[in-house]
Amino acid sequence: MTQPFRTAAGGRIDRQRPVRFSFDGRALEGCAGDTLASALLANDVHLVGRSFKYHRPRGILSAGSEEPNALVTVDRGLGRVTPNLRATQIELHEGLTAISQNRFPSLRFDLGAVAGAAAPLLPPGFVYKTFMRPASFWKRLYEPAVRHAAGLGRAPGQGDPDRYAHQYAHCDVLIIGGGAAGIAAALGASATGARVILCDEQAEFGGSLLSEPGVTIDGWAAPDWVREAIASLGDQVTLLPRTTAFGAYPGNLIGLAQRLTDHLAQPAPGMPRERLWHVRAGRVILAAGAIERPLVFPGNDRPGIMLAAAARTYLHRYGVKVGSRAVVVTADDSAYRAASDLHAAGVAVAAVVDLRPEPVGPVVEAVRALDIPIHTGMTIGGAAGRRRVDAVRLADGQTIISCDTVLMSGGWTPSVHLLAQSRGEAWLSVGACAGAFGLATCLRDGTEAGGSQPGTFAVAGLPEMTPAALPLPALPHPKAFVDFQNDVTTKDIATATGEGFVSIEHVKRYTTAGMATDQGKTSNVNAIVAVAAQIGADPAAVGTTTFRPPYTPVTFGAFAGPSRGDLFAPIRMTPIFSADAVPEDAGGWRRARCYPRNGEAIEAATARECLAVRNDVGMADASTPGKIEIAGPDAALFLNRIYTGDFNSLEPGQCRYALLLGEDGFVRDDGIVARATGDRWHVTTTTGGAAFVLHHMEDHLQTGFAGLRVWLTSVTEQWAVIAVQGPRSIEALAPFIPDIELGAMPRMSVREGHIGDIPIRLFRAGFTGETGFEINLPPDSAQQVWDTLRQRDVTPYGTDAMHVLRAEKGFVIVGQETDGTVTPDDLGLGWTIGRDKGDFVGKRSLSLPELSRADRLQLVGLLPAEAAMVPEEGAQLTEAGQGPSVGHVTSSYHSPTLGRSFALALVAGGRSRVGARLRVPMASGPVEVVVTDPVFVPRPPERPFAPTSPLPLLPAVARPAPVARAAGSVRLAALAPATLLSVRAGPGAATAIGMAIGVLLPTVPCRSVIARERAALWLGPDEWLIQAPEGSTGLEALARRAPADRPASVVDVSQGFRALELAGPRAAWCLNGFCALDLDPRAFPVGMCTRTLLGKAEVVLWRIGAEVFHIDVPRSLLPYVWACLEEARLEFADESSAETPAVG
Amino acid sequence: MLLIPCPWCGPRPEHEFRYGGAAHRAPPEDASAVDDAAWGDYLYSRDNPKGRHAERWRHLHGCGRFFNCIRDTVSDRIAGTYKPGEAPPL
Ligand SMILES: [Zn+2]
Repeated sequence: MTQPFRTAAGGRIDRQRPVRFSFDGRALEGCAGDTLASALLANDVHLVGRSFKYHRPRGILSAGSEEPNALVTVDRGLGRVTPNLRATQIELHEGLTAISQNRFPSLRFDLGAVAGAAAPLLPPGFVYKTFMRPASFWKRLYEPAVRHAAGLGRAPGQGDPDRYAHQYAHCDVLIIGGGAAGIAAALGASATGARVILCDEQAEFGGSLLSEPGVTIDGWAAPDWVREAIASLGDQVTLLPRTTAFGAYPGNLIGLAQRLTDHLAQPAPGMPRERLWHVRAGRVILAAGAIERPLVFPGNDRPGIMLAAAARTYLHRYGVKVGSRAVVVTADDSAYRAASDLHAAGVAVAAVVDLRPEPVGPVVEAVRALDIPIHTGMTIGGAAGRRRVDAVRLADGQTIISCDTVLMSGGWTPSVHLLAQSRGEAWLSVGACAGAFGLATCLRDGTEAGGSQPGTFAVAGLPEMTPAALPLPALPHPKAFVDFQNDVTTKDIATATGEGFVSIEHVKRYTTAGMATDQGKTSNVNAIVAVAAQIGADPAAVGTTTFRPPYTPVTFGAFAGPSRGDLFAPIRMTPIFSADAVPEDAGGWRRARCYPRNGEAIEAATARECLAVRNDVGMADASTPGKIEIAGPDAALFLNRIYTGDFNSLEPGQCRYALLLGEDGFVRDDGIVARATGDRWHVTTTTGGAAFVLHHMEDHLQTGFAGLRVWLTSVTEQWAVIAVQGPRSIEALAPFIPDIELGAMPRMSVREGHIGDIPIRLFRAGFTGETGFEINLPPDSAQQVWDTLRQRDVTPYGTDAMHVLRAEKGFVIVGQETDGTVTPDDLGLGWTIGRDKGDFVGKRSLSLPELSRADRLQLVGLLPAEAAMVPEEGAQLTEAGQGPSVGHVTSSYHSPTLGRSFALALVAGGRSRVGARLRVPMASGPVEVVVTDPVFVPRPPERPFAPTSPLPLLPAVARPAPVARAAGSVRLAALAPATLLSVRAGPGAATAIGMAIGVLLPTVPCRSVIARERAALWLGPDEWLIQAPEGSTGLEALARRAPADRPASVVDVSQGFRALELAGPRAAWCLNGFCALDLDPRAFPVGMCTRTLLGKAEVVLWRIGAEVFHIDVPRSLLPYVWACLEEARLEFADESSAETPAVG
Repeated sequence: MLLIPCPWCGPRPEHEFRYGGAAHRAPPEDASAVDDAAWGDYLYSRDNPKGRHAERWRHLHGCGRFFNCIRDTVSDRIAGTYKPGEAPPL
């Protein structure tokens, strides 16, 4: 055995399973069950790192997550380098490669240690003081130097190849900490049948009981009792080892970080490295235990000086002696047990130094009986030794004791960090973190906190002990450390208080005590005591600093979870695909910028596309703008209040351009309001404004104008749109449209008819100023029509050309020409305001004097003096090339039609400046522009069109359904298309509609009714989704047959959704990777349905069986939702298909 | 993240909702009858209470309904939610 400090027997490690690892390149061996810290100690390695500021040699202080010193980097290969891990928390596995930090060139010989010699030059606040001036030196000189000298560890330079998962979970009781009190709480809660989550940051449950083989509970040795207790917890208890509760958030939401694979030499494929749990808990029981406090004395940071309880843990749990000759220094009884136990294990205990004048009690007597000298009323005055302690000098200045180990205990600090974050939620804390230190008390309180009768437990083998009072303050000394991780000494604290920082929060910031990843676990109380001593206050009056999340560091990967790459944000896909499109993601959609031919540059393609629309015919995929179907007898009245226009006079078949204002009178959106039939209206919005407009309309309908008989249904996804624009558009379309006379359609009109045999809603409208149409058609047929028109030499044009074409006509884009402070009149669109109608949203504000000032920014055109010069969008405009701005450029392009550059701009009093010259300050000098009218290309005369003969469409295009990866425990499938109706109705009409279609519309929220292959899903108190087999063509008409005195809205939305089914025992688990709802069958029973979010996509989730979920996904979001579910299923993939790429 | 009890759907996570500003802030009955200062006050002035705050939320990614909520702006505790037209909880 190569581990000289390993005991012959005992502990929870497996001496038969050696584990090889390396530290700073040195090959070492530990045992299965070791942590990196225990394995290093077994190999007599005590120097493991250099400190943050002074590069002082540091060892292992603790045996847990409070470790401030032993921070190392673990290298798991390219992109898998993790800095700042605590050696005390790293589970040893075969091949583990650990590297020390903050040293150069090596741990034993560190050049940075000269900073230690220069410590007087690095007082607290040195960064603020020293590097203040001159300011320019900061970036070039000080910052790089400080960055090189400071910091712990290095961030990896490569992308992280690991997967990270998120999980939403709900429980009645969350228990944080799996020591004695936490396990007892789990027993108590489990007995009540509650849903329980028990988490602990360590690999094994048991906490300090794992280090107490000599203690018995109900006759079991403590570690065996832990095993039996955990095994007896019911199925309702979720056990999460290696899981840190890192933060508490409003609504009893607790963040847990679970480490899944770092302890494994060979993780299973598909397994995430870490899982971040969002736990919504009914109750939280904090059983986080307590942390032993270091004592503050000069040189207390030397390697070989550690917490007394940690030495017992290394001995009893890991079978490791932490040294050969120890001195124990304490203010607390518990350290005497370390003295006795180490003595029994063969470690020479040279002395116990007790700060208390007259320690008494059984543990003290036990040490006396071993003839170990006890110095009472005494402390350590200094510790010597370069890379490890080799002697201590007592505070009497006389006694020097040689040793290689110092064990210290200043008493125990309850671990209340999370309680401090809970902002007064009704949490219970039990056990040591509640200040209870007797084991029987912890167990009894635990069971009671869990919700059962207080349990009685027979505890034996644990001597009676008296807890320490607060430690006595130490004198200011430059090497007496209060905060090891941040290198803060008692002298630094005295400096801070001497400079007037007396609030503990100010001292924290000035000295950095209690900051960073440590959050003051071992240092907080000692810092408070030091401040109190300096300012002559009671420590209790000093107060504590705010403990911030995370409790211990959480990786960026865990926070990001699956939200990266394709899953970072959903990109919505239109139903039209063109292999030659240059894609761009805008407004949440993937759109085509242009369609280059034969290697054309983007600018050349755009110019060609613009000219095709002006001179021939072009077409664009215009599916992305929002579409809302508005139905009901009061629709015109409602639209009059929402939009600027007057719609009372709009006849069926007519359309009108309209602006939507906020109450403040500023333009929020624009679109076309079309009266399709009597009381059914079709309204378009901008692409980016679609969700806002629907929200805005619902707001007014539900609150402001309550009582209007109007209903809204989003049909953005129900209709694909192909814009066919240009003088030859009638000729291009007419052969395919048998039942609408295109030439007879006036501008701004709408007709229903067919293209081929496909039903369409055809608008004579467009965004180019040319003769043109917008074909609204079912998305399933869009590709077929698109391909047919392409074959007929209709030139596809993209968003780049669309922008140029509309700007040439002076058409604005809301969000480009507007910024939330622009009125209709500012845009020259005052004509859109209906004169004779009543009140509308924004009307009152338009009469404010500020909104009609003559010098408001007004939309104008600009022609640069130099025809090739395209000014930057956003550039400011001035009168003289400098001086105050009089406006800014909003859109700026090269016009192929004009053969020159042009721009739109908002200019103060712009309309009165037409003909004036302005200057755009650019980097290369001012550029001159002339202010013009914003319409650059006048409307062309209508061109006569040649008669055409009918032509057939190309055959329909079938899209293969996506195929899911094989995973038996959670199956994913795309379902066959169905008939979907959106019904919006008041209660009376709902009953009538239900009877008409043969399935009653449920009145209970979030419930469904199924009858005769039809289902009615409650989505809102006036909204239902009706599902029926595909081709249930008569259903819509049946549903519309409601009595006239009980109007309602029925809209076919079959094309707008794709249905998925997720089934199997892990279906709910996989959904909870992306959906925050409680999917327990009691909270979400069979038959429950609701709109909710799956990742960042809104879906309708419907449980149709205990393990079967039906998910209706907006069709543009199918690739995103599919990818989310595949990501969640990867863990459960059948072995053979784990690497099979999903088809989206 | 708040847990907001929708009056129709029950408790749901905050990200299903959209905030709707202060509640019980009806526009003047006849906007044209109020002077510019009063209208400006209606548009732009809001209380910013420390503690109990009545506010509107919409269950946007759920039932779609607007409702009112009493939230403590210090603790983020929600005292209750209620439908438009109903009286706030105590
Ligand atoms: Zn709701």
